[in-house]
Amino acid sequence: MAPYVEVRDLRVRFTTEDGVVRAVDGVSFAVDRGHTLGIVGESGSGKSVTSLAIMGLHDRRRTNITGQALVGGRDVVALDEEAVRRLRGRDMAMIFQDPLSALHPYYTVGRQIIEAYRIHHPEAGKREARQRALDMLGRVGIPQPARRIDQYPHEFSGGMRQRAMIAMALVNDPDLLIADEPTTALDVTVQAQILDLLAGLQAEFHSAIILITHDLGVVSQVADQVLVMYGGRGVEHGSAARVLREPQHPYTWGLLSSVPTLHGDADADLVPIKGSPPSLINLPSGCAFHPRCRYQLGPASPCVTTVPELEPTRDGGQRVACHLPETQRRSMLEVVR
Amino acid sequence: MVRYVVKRILLGALTLFVISVATFLLFFAVPNNPAEVICGNGKSCSQARIQMLEERFGLNDPIPVQYANYMKGIFVGRDIGAANDPRHCAAPCLGYSFRYDDEVTDIIGQALPVTLSIVIGAITFQVVFGVSIGMISALRRGTVFDRLAVGISLIGASTQVYFLGYILLILFVYETGFLPPPGYTPITENPLAWAGGLLLPWITLGFIFSAVYARLSRAQMIETLSEDFVRTARAKGLPKRQVYTRHALRAAITPIVTIAGLDLGAYLGGTVITETVFGMKGLGLFSIRAVEDLDMPIVMATVLLAALFVVVANLVVDLLYTVIDPRVKLG
Repeated sequence: MAPYVEVRDLRVRFTTEDGVVRAVDGVSFAVDRGHTLGIVGESGSGKSVTSLAIMGLHDRRRTNITGQALVGGRDVVALDEEAVRRLRGRDMAMIFQDPLSALHPYYTVGRQIIEAYRIHHPEAGKREARQRALDMLGRVGIPQPARRIDQYPHEFSGGMRQRAMIAMALVNDPDLLIADEPTTALDVTVQAQILDLLAGLQAEFHSAIILITHDLGVVSQVADQVLVMYGGRGVEHGSAARVLREPQHPYTWGLLSSVPTLHGDADADLVPIKGSPPSLINLPSGCAFHPRCRYQLGPASPCVTTVPELEPTRDGGQRVACHLPETQRRSMLEVVR
Repeated sequence: MVRYVVKRILLGALTLFVISVATFLLFFAVPNNPAEVICGNGKSCSQARIQMLEERFGLNDPIPVQYANYMKGIFVGRDIGAANDPRHCAAPCLGYSFRYDDEVTDIIGQALPVTLSIVIGAITFQVVFGVSIGMISALRRGTVFDRLAVGISLIGASTQVYFLGYILLILFVYETGFLPPPGYTPITENPLAWAGGLLLPWITLGFIFSAVYARLSRAQMIETLSEDFVRTARAKGLPKRQVYTRHALRAAITPIVTIAGLDLGAYLGGTVITETVFGMKGLGLFSIRAVEDLDMPIVMATVLLAALFVVVANLVVDLLYTVIDPRVKLG
């Protein structure tokens, strides 16, 4: 059976006054039910734009989307707006970075969950919908749901708000949950709880999860697969174990060495990636990462002239888009470590 | 909450007190002797008549006493005039008009419903028309409709009542007879005639001042549409119409309610130009005539009333806020 979510050569472009923004430029991946894909990258790498494209949330008048985004076999890119709307919230749901701004400040948490349920269950009565909302609040670990259901988002703590957001997203038992930086706005201690909750709910609901984050720690906790994005393209893609333990792309090395580890040497310097993310209107030629890459092969090399494709490594463990020969990358990885 | 309301009411009372003292002092800062004003042309007035009038209107007492009497009149009523021939003026007594020799409360009682009728209709028209235009503009940003609406609202904002009002009068009343001539019929008497007679002032005021609402709601709506919670509403699979109304408009409307409330309070003080243009005997017309005639009791009363409306409107708007936005806590 085909994976529940299949994205093929997705390209998203916005036309702005300054030129065409190639926010996503040929991304492909697949996620099955019960599995979690972590999409990692800096801001502007195209990870959020990818997720919004799957949800069909881009303004169609301003956005040019090509490629395919199959959700349960239906291509969201090709479907009309109304058909995508009916998928949203029912077959695919999304939770956002800041639950305080993502929940409507003027409605109670319960009312917002009930609304989400009744859009897709118009036959459900008020009482049934409320009961469902109560159940969901309980399942995401909100204490005293009967009292909490009639409170407003501002009366919740950050972690509780995100739980409520998750309850709202899962109220219709979606097969795909997209979590866009779900823990970024939360305290570190709460982060782990939310990630545990997501993992637990995934086991229960058996949904596919796409987790968007810039935090490799988060990815290592919950993701089965990892896609590293840079400049709107995938640069490394494989199982979480492989990508995090034996990364083959210099950008992934950079990401990893800019994160402190608990188990490593506490005095070891964090190594930031020099430079800043590229402009998506005017991407560097060749490999978009080459101006920031300390291993690039020189001014006239393929790094500067040719866009690298994601190619499988020799043992097939992951796919990497880099012009460096694999043997060289492997030996360098030892040095990086 | 109760504490807050009490505090605000006391503060409002203080405001009104200060305004009343200031107006009262102004009253006596006017170089004319009020009795001479009442009498008419000063030269033809005999000294005896002036003295009689001074007694009749209670103008002989020291100013603080007069002020105290005035306040007493408002709350418990008072007797005005010579001891042998007092006129009883029941609370709330605002004195006697110099010009008409009637109780000011009676005059206000006739003028207030006129102004109230004009203002209520005009505000409704403004808000409904303005917010609709602004909302559609925001949703169709950059289209012909948007540009047209912005253009028309600019024309509206830069037009004056005494210009548009007369043009509409000529077009719809004098030339075509399409609308009945403006005038005031009490709503209790004939609701249809009431609305018909007020239609032109409503349209004129409504059109001119709806521009503010159109612009404000357009800007608010555009801002709200980019909020995260609107994206959440769409992510839930909510149909567009509900995303725009239940989620976006609900959040965008808050500042508009504020402005509408304050406008209401300010307009109730009298829509002077509108009443003049359409010849409606409302508060505005009376107050402007009272100023010309130095009919101080009426000036005083209209100023106090206008201040009262503004104070009350402010309080109501603040209380409304807690209903509209659950995050707002008063105290």
